[in-house]
Amino acid sequence: MDLASHLADLVAASSITGREEPLAQLLQSEWAPLVDESTVTPLGSYIGLKRGEGSAAALRSLPLPDKPGVLKHPHARPPGPPRVLAAAHIDSIGGMVTAIEPGGFLRFTTVGGVDRRLLMAQEVEVHGARVIPGLVGTKPPHATSPEDRSRLVPVEELYIDTGLPEDEVRKLVPLGAPVLPRFRFRKLQNGRYSSRYMDNRASAAALRVALEELRTLRHTADFYAVGSAGEEFGGMPGAVTATFAIQPDIAIAVDVTFAKHPGSEEDSFPLGEGPTIGVGPNCSPKLTRVLREIAEDLGMGYALEVLPGNSGTDAWGMQVVRGGVATGVLSIPLRYMHTPVETVDLADIRAAGRLLAHLVSRTDAALVEELSCY
Amino acid sequence: MLLEKLSNACGVSGREDEVREALRQELAPYVDEMWTDPLGNLIMRKGDGPVKVMLDAHMDEVGFCVGDITSEGYLKLKKIGGLDDRVLPGREVWVTQRRIPGVLGAKAWHLCSAEERRKAIPFKEMYVDLGCRSRAEVEALGVELGDPVYFATIFEHFSPRVVKGKAFDDRAGCAVLGGVLQGEAHPGITLYAAFTVQEEIGLRGARVAAYNLNPDLAISLEGTGCANVPGVDPKETITNMGEGPVISLMDAAGIPNLQVFNLLVEAAREAGIRYQFRRLTSGGTNAGRIALERAGIPACTVSVPCRYIHTNAALLNLDDLEGAVSLIHHFLRKVEKGEFRP
Repeated sequence: MDLASHLADLVAASSITGREEPLAQLLQSEWAPLVDESTVTPLGSYIGLKRGEGSAAALRSLPLPDKPGVLKHPHARPPGPPRVLAAAHIDSIGGMVTAIEPGGFLRFTTVGGVDRRLLMAQEVEVHGARVIPGLVGTKPPHATSPEDRSRLVPVEELYIDTGLPEDEVRKLVPLGAPVLPRFRFRKLQNGRYSSRYMDNRASAAALRVALEELRTLRHTADFYAVGSAGEEFGGMPGAVTATFAIQPDIAIAVDVTFAKHPGSEEDSFPLGEGPTIGVGPNCSPKLTRVLREIAEDLGMGYALEVLPGNSGTDAWGMQVVRGGVATGVLSIPLRYMHTPVETVDLADIRAAGRLLAHLVSRTDAALVEELSCY
Repeated sequence: MLLEKLSNACGVSGREDEVREALRQELAPYVDEMWTDPLGNLIMRKGDGPVKVMLDAHMDEVGFCVGDITSEGYLKLKKIGGLDDRVLPGREVWVTQRRIPGVLGAKAWHLCSAEERRKAIPFKEMYVDLGCRSRAEVEALGVELGDPVYFATIFEHFSPRVVKGKAFDDRAGCAVLGGVLQGEAHPGITLYAAFTVQEEIGLRGARVAAYNLNPDLAISLEGTGCANVPGVDPKETITNMGEGPVISLMDAAGIPNLQVFNLLVEAAREAGIRYQFRRLTSGGTNAGRIALERAGIPACTVSVPCRYIHTNAALLNLDDLEGAVSLIHHFLRKVEKGEFRP
């Protein structure tokens, strides 16, 4: 597989929060050869199942019947081989058309944590009946007072100019149509790439690397690759509901984290020196240890990312689903988060995927038992 | 004393190991079985009667973890749970459960500008001094990023009934729950003692324990805020130390189930136990989150008043703690008699 071209396909797909179908469908077709079966959940998350050796797991049997109220030692896992879930959220920030003004200008609102400082003069694409290019219009500087020039224009005052006549706009653009930043998938030096939506397609690509790796790596655990919906909205709806359905023994959130660049000092990590492994209450201590051991065995670089509370990833929600899940956080360093020029290093994506695959391969009943022993 | 052992044990959210171990050792003789779950909750079962009662007390305490090690050998911290920055400078801390001693230094008053003297020292500027001269020296001690850091406070008696210690929120609740297990058996009840994790970062352990245990009712046992101190209007003291266990009317996480609440009040009245209500509605307790599990679980909170919680050292009156144990036993007797109707 050419990782760069797969990543380019992933960032090209439209998948703003709440409208993840195009990307979930892309994963269903692109990853079909790598999984035994796949589905899209009612909330729009992708689930691909790669069965362990000898396993009879099936997605159609999810969710499993609830266990009856047992009196003694009620913490019993469902029968069958261990289950490892890895979630990479597939939704991304963007905008939505809220009104069509006279002249065909589009008003819009933001979806997710959009950096409003970057909106003026942004090139966008409006996903209506077809993909329509547009620009976030601005007043010319000649007509702008000096005070206005240092003011950030509120999103309510911004509009998109498609250059099309109003009647055509009305035909092509329904209210609620997704607005995405236009982009180029740019190859920088040293295996580094820059584009929109590396948050969090980089992690989806890491799941793909893991699935590829698992073709040649023996494993008895079932592996559920989840492309979770809705993360940028908050509440982790896609990951939480998928975890409820799957009842995994281990759930790993794969996400992006801050990479070092000029002006970033604390809580940022070098690009190209491997993924970060989360440490803190959102991360099962024993699972964290296993992840570190695997990285060391593979001779892979990694950094510890200290997460003293909410990790800000799907793991925060997945940890407390049903009777609790052993969770871990694996992150890919990324520069310029939530801008159209998010920058990652392919080596970090490969390393994260390999680490994940080896975790699946190493997971057995004894490890699962161990994770509940404190 | 159980409270002494528990208060001296170290356990920030996610690293409750020492507390879990102390509880295991102290309470094993009094329970029928015990187990842990994927988050680290320690569950003990006593009895197998028809009514399932969950008593919850959280094991974790507020504190810190190592966020960074500077090249000069200082530790930058991250907070675990809610802490008032103003109480931190000048404190002694223990780094890791191995209790490597360190201090939270502060620039000498003499060196501060007039403006700096008027302001609380920002947390970002604080660091732990272990006496190390380089990052390599810190690493040689086996200190890693994410390692827990604790207030170095040792339990002591200020008077025969008033004790001082760290982490009374919620080791006081753990001690009440331990006291209940050590006391009379309730054959009509399956008592699940849930010593839970991660309360301080979002009521997280209790919810998964409640899901698993699926009890008929639940009570959270807490060390709660208390301010019967100079300068506070008597109407605003939240609770008063020395005036008995506290029954909650409402907090930020939920409103108690009325039946459980009423039964607690009746139990206190019938047994002649001095009690009080919690006169503050902010601050959340596990009961509010437990109530939301599965199809809903009737729940209420009973607390021990503790002055100066969420700092390095708190005070509590042992009469309040013992009153809470007695209140729970009387409550359980009423439940056994069928006075709680699910």
